[in-house]
Amino acid sequence: MTDTATEIDRSKMQVSDEVAIQINNMNKWYGTFHVLRDINLTVNRGERIVIAGPSGSGKSTMIRCINRLEEHQQGDIIVDGTELTSDLKNIDKIRSEVGMCFQHFNLFPHLTILENCTLAPIWVRKTPKKEAEETAMHFLEKVKIPDQANKYPGQLSGGQQQRVAIARSLCMKPRIMLFDEPTSALDPEMIKEVLDTMIELAEEGMTMLCVTHEMGFARQVANRVIFMDQGQIVEQNEPEEFFNNPQSERTKLFLSQILGH
Amino acid sequence: MSDLSYVRTEMLEQKAPPASSVGLVGWLRANLFSSVGNSILTVVTLFFLLSLLASMMPWIFLGIWNADSLSHCREIFAERYGDSTEYACWAVVRDRWDQIIFGYSFGNLNEGLYWRPLVGLALIILALLPILYPNVPRVLYVATAASLFLYPWLIWGGSIWGPLTIALCIIAGVFIYRFASRFMIMAFAMPVAIVGTALLIYFAMAPVAGALGSAVPIELQSVPSREISGFVLSITIGIVAIVASLPIAVLLALGRQSDLFIVNKLSTGFIEIIRGVPLITLIFVATVLMKYFLPSSVDLDPVLAVMVLVTLFTAAYIAEVIRGGLAALPKGQYEAADALGLTYWQAQRLIILPQALKISIPGIVSNFISVFKDTTLVSIVALNDPLGISDSIRSDSDWNGIVWELYGFIAIVFWLFCFSMSRYSLWLERQLQTGHR
Ligand SMILES: Nc1ncnc2c1ncn2[C@@H]1O[C@H](COP(=O)(O)OP(=O)(O)OP(=O)(O)O)[C@@H](O)[C@H]1O
Ligand SMILES: [Mg+2]
Repeated sequence: MTDTATEIDRSKMQVSDEVAIQINNMNKWYGTFHVLRDINLTVNRGERIVIAGPSGSGKSTMIRCINRLEEHQQGDIIVDGTELTSDLKNIDKIRSEVGMCFQHFNLFPHLTILENCTLAPIWVRKTPKKEAEETAMHFLEKVKIPDQANKYPGQLSGGQQQRVAIARSLCMKPRIMLFDEPTSALDPEMIKEVLDTMIELAEEGMTMLCVTHEMGFARQVANRVIFMDQGQIVEQNEPEEFFNNPQSERTKLFLSQILGH
Repeated sequence: MSDLSYVRTEMLEQKAPPASSVGLVGWLRANLFSSVGNSILTVVTLFFLLSLLASMMPWIFLGIWNADSLSHCREIFAERYGDSTEYACWAVVRDRWDQIIFGYSFGNLNEGLYWRPLVGLALIILALLPILYPNVPRVLYVATAASLFLYPWLIWGGSIWGPLTIALCIIAGVFIYRFASRFMIMAFAMPVAIVGTALLIYFAMAPVAGALGSAVPIELQSVPSREISGFVLSITIGIVAIVASLPIAVLLALGRQSDLFIVNKLSTGFIEIIRGVPLITLIFVATVLMKYFLPSSVDLDPVLAVMVLVTLFTAAYIAEVIRGGLAALPKGQYEAADALGLTYWQAQRLIILPQALKISIPGIVSNFISVFKDTTLVSIVALNDPLGISDSIRSDSDWNGIVWELYGFIAIVFWLFCFSMSRYSLWLERQLQTGHR
């Protein structure tokens, strides 16, 4: 596990009472396979949640339901007061409020870094091009790669690409960010630069849901760790409690495997 | 252990590569004589190439350009070279090139009309520039729009007010769409606008065009469809097919990927049916058999029918090429586009299609090249493609017996077009290269 030695600033990392995401009794099936079972989750604004669990436990599926990359069949998901139904208007509204970063970055290889970042603001938010470019440069500076703006994704390293992907999401000024294993396709040296970017984001009070195996990050940044297994939320707790005093057998086994060596 | 340690303090200078790996000798050695087997192959191939050239070169270069007929050519050969060997009689090309290129309608029967297809071709080149090259001023799209109406007028002739009124009706259609989309969603506004435009064209075109025509008569001598021939015919059909098939193909490919049941089945059915039937059969059915089914009052324009068919035929093939390109894109691209909140059409236009089409360029251009050559199949419905014209040149008593010269000339013209398309596609692929992936 990468240890991030940087002291982090907790002053802005406050959780408000306002609810950002509310998931009630959500169920999902792939055909006859019951992937998500009775998920109940409330995320307040400003929370930083790390979701852990063994492979195939449904972590990705759950966060992908939040912006409708996957469709749930039962229960309801309310994001920022808007309920996710098959109504396209709601889906578009939620997607423009919720940013997402993927394991494999998914940058658009035929567009430059700058174009990757301005595309959605220009077409979805109808921001004038010049303004969109200024915003994009602002966020590229934030992730520390403004000098790569005119290159293509194929010319960047993995860590740089993932930071661009984060900047691209931020350009939409999202109120919630979802991360699906943002560092697991990266070499150890690049993991740190991406985690640093994410920590910075957390320090600014962004609401974050993060699927990751970086337990150092979880300890340092998260205010809640959720453990999933077989499509269910098995346990959730504050990081200290979660790591030092896990309740369920399944969690203990998982933690011993992941921290054991 | 310490006596084993070694740290280099200065880096060595690079040395020049050995002489045997650079320059002409190096190239020859690497590419032609790298092994015994390879050397033998090189020598044998060179021998065949040289003997082929030795027999062809005199025929081509000792041929003559100035003569009135084939027998005249032969007289000159006998006189000049003394033996009875045959050389090329290029005089036939010099005499009839304009018929082959411009056809009967604009060729040497009507010499004053060369300008019409030439202006048409220039217009098309101008119209294609902004589409083909990224750095051309966008103003040229005006030429693109204009050529849609002016090119048919230049080729078929008649009053200019016909095509212009159609253009006006379509512009009116765009306004109908703008107006309608204020009250309803796009899916309804579109059909309303299309029906509106069709009604306008159906009811208003004839009287308006007639009135304008009698007020300000601007007319070109009209050319019946059947008389359009030679390369003018091939190029007209080819360009229409190429330009019109691409958007249809994109829609078909998207349709085949679609989750909407009816759209999906219709696209799949269309593609599979068209691909299952040879082009020649389609052309034959559309022009010859359709006559029996249609009421006799409907006059089926053979060139138009062929254009429609060749377009649909090409579209079906290209749709499959594009489907391959779509399938090659990682799913993450769709997800990233969705996650950013782009709508289906925005995602297709900005993210998916640019990449899918880029992957498909070689396949698409191959199809363009083959459809351009397939335009010679129109001879089956008695239209005169360049080969048809060469047949009738041969049936003239002056040039009876000439074969290779005409075919050679036609082949060279076809090759020029096809080769340019192929080079363009290579250039485009290089332009669109954006780093390794
Ligand atoms: N499109 C699909 N069709 C059918 N089954 C699927 C599909 N996508 C995922 N699954 C199944 O759903 C389960 C949960 O998948 P999910 O990707 O959410 O797991 P995960 O917790 O993210 O695992 P990992 O840590 O490996 O990413 C797995 O058993 C997987 O096989
Ligand atoms: Mg996953």
